[in-house]
Amino acid sequence: MTMLINSPQTVVTDALRGMAAAHPELDVDVERRVVARRDARSGGRVGVVSGGGSGHEPLHAGFVGYGMLSAACLGEVFTSPVPEQMVRAAAAVDSGQGVLFVVKNYTGDVLNFEMAAELAEEDGLRIERVLVDDDVAVTDSLFTAGRRGTGATLFVEKIAGAAAEEGAPLERVAALARQVDACSRSFGVALSACTTPAKGSPTFDLPDGELELGIGIHGEPGRERRPMMSAREIAEVAVGAVLEELAQIGPADGPVLALVNGMGATPLLELYGFHAEVARVLAERGVPVARALVGNYVTSLDMAGCSVTLCRADEEVLRLWDAPVRTAALRWGL
Amino acid sequence: MRDAEFFRRWMVAAAAAVEREADRLTELDSPIGDADHGSNLLRGFTAVIAALETEPTAATPGAVLQLSGRTLIGTVGGASGPLYGTLLRRTGKALGESAEVSDAELREALSQGVAAVAQLGGAAPGDKTMLDALVPGVAALGTSYRAAGNASQDGALATVPMRARKGRASYLGERSIGHQDPGATSSALLLGTLADVAEPAGAR
Repeated sequence: MTMLINSPQTVVTDALRGMAAAHPELDVDVERRVVARRDARSGGRVGVVSGGGSGHEPLHAGFVGYGMLSAACLGEVFTSPVPEQMVRAAAAVDSGQGVLFVVKNYTGDVLNFEMAAELAEEDGLRIERVLVDDDVAVTDSLFTAGRRGTGATLFVEKIAGAAAEEGAPLERVAALARQVDACSRSFGVALSACTTPAKGSPTFDLPDGELELGIGIHGEPGRERRPMMSAREIAEVAVGAVLEELAQIGPADGPVLALVNGMGATPLLELYGFHAEVARVLAERGVPVARALVGNYVTSLDMAGCSVTLCRADEEVLRLWDAPVRTAALRWGL
Repeated sequence: MRDAEFFRRWMVAAAAAVEREADRLTELDSPIGDADHGSNLLRGFTAVIAALETEPTAATPGAVLQLSGRTLIGTVGGASGPLYGTLLRRTGKALGESAEVSDAELREALSQGVAAVAQLGGAAPGDKTMLDALVPGVAALGTSYRAAGNASQDGALATVPMRARKGRASYLGERSIGHQDPGATSSALLLGTLADVAEPAGAR
């Protein structure tokens, strides 16, 4: 065990205790694993609630705050939270305007949020759901559980949160969230496997000098293994794969939001270097980058690697992207 | 006829089996999932035992299974929580409020539980999921409990050459071939313990 933890059983609650201590502006329910804005119910806003397994920090709790999520619920490492947590989070942030559930397309998240939506609606809440499914590595979706939800989750949460902050009604917030998901595609690369606290050893075997192309965010292997490539070559493959699918969505010369995301163990020095290559490929292909974000946002524990997410953005999405945000992990404009 | 006590014994035996096999389930989940199936189920069944001890109101077979199912949904998370929870909850619901149920009634109720799992997960036998153990297992209940345990065990083993089409393993495509499905394996444990409780060794 080479991890900075007390025990595998307490990693999530220990992290929440630390988060509570570092962020008094957040309402952290350590026992039930729900993190909410203290002022969530005071603004008469639509609630935006997300959640998922732990191990993807700062997603999701790090995005709770002004202009983004109203609340997040946390599951065990890489395991969806349970319906009770989601219902509790929704009730904690509902001010009568309804609640949007942001759900990543993984079987566990989908099933638990589905049950939670039913229960919350039985309690009289209005619930809408948006399913985030942006990962282009899953091509054969007829024979899988469909495209995975990865980096675009950040885009969806930011845009939906900004719209809710402005006072947009539930249907509009949900429609914008669905638009952002439909216009976003991602591709991930792993340079190492990750180590879950429960197992204590890497989740799959990736020898030195090799990399996995087309990974998700749970330490699952990808669609292809190759000898190690340079940042330049990886950017060609990743951006190429994303653009190929984005071309089916809208005008190829429209502006994009770009996220170069680290998987947890890749330093910013490497991520910025990789971003330089991503920006170069996009420029060569005539795709204008309206806004770019580089950093560790949708991670996979201690996995080395990165992902590229692009979102075709219209003027309203750009405006909402620029809108002020103040969360533990993302803040600007205030 | 089977009373509430029988179903409590089944849940206790299932919890013991999950505890015994937790490391193996997690190991099976490692190459094609995310290495937590054993620890997640252990957390759930530990909570089931605690709930059954503190809920004396669960006095019928249906109530025992419904409480167990709700507890699994509330504690396991992931896909296993809703799927196992639905299996037990729907089976319990189908058993109704009788104080005792016949083996034929249990067989029919379990079929309904399995059908609910198939519907919730959108899966079918051959997709390399828990259904590959549950469907043949419940079908063999017509013969005997032991036959059901064995058929589900064979069903779990038969997932090895399959290509996963549902759940996280589905993202591996061809590379999911050659690994036994952890969900089918734990499902075989569940039906195996049912056989142990219904037909204790020596009574075969």
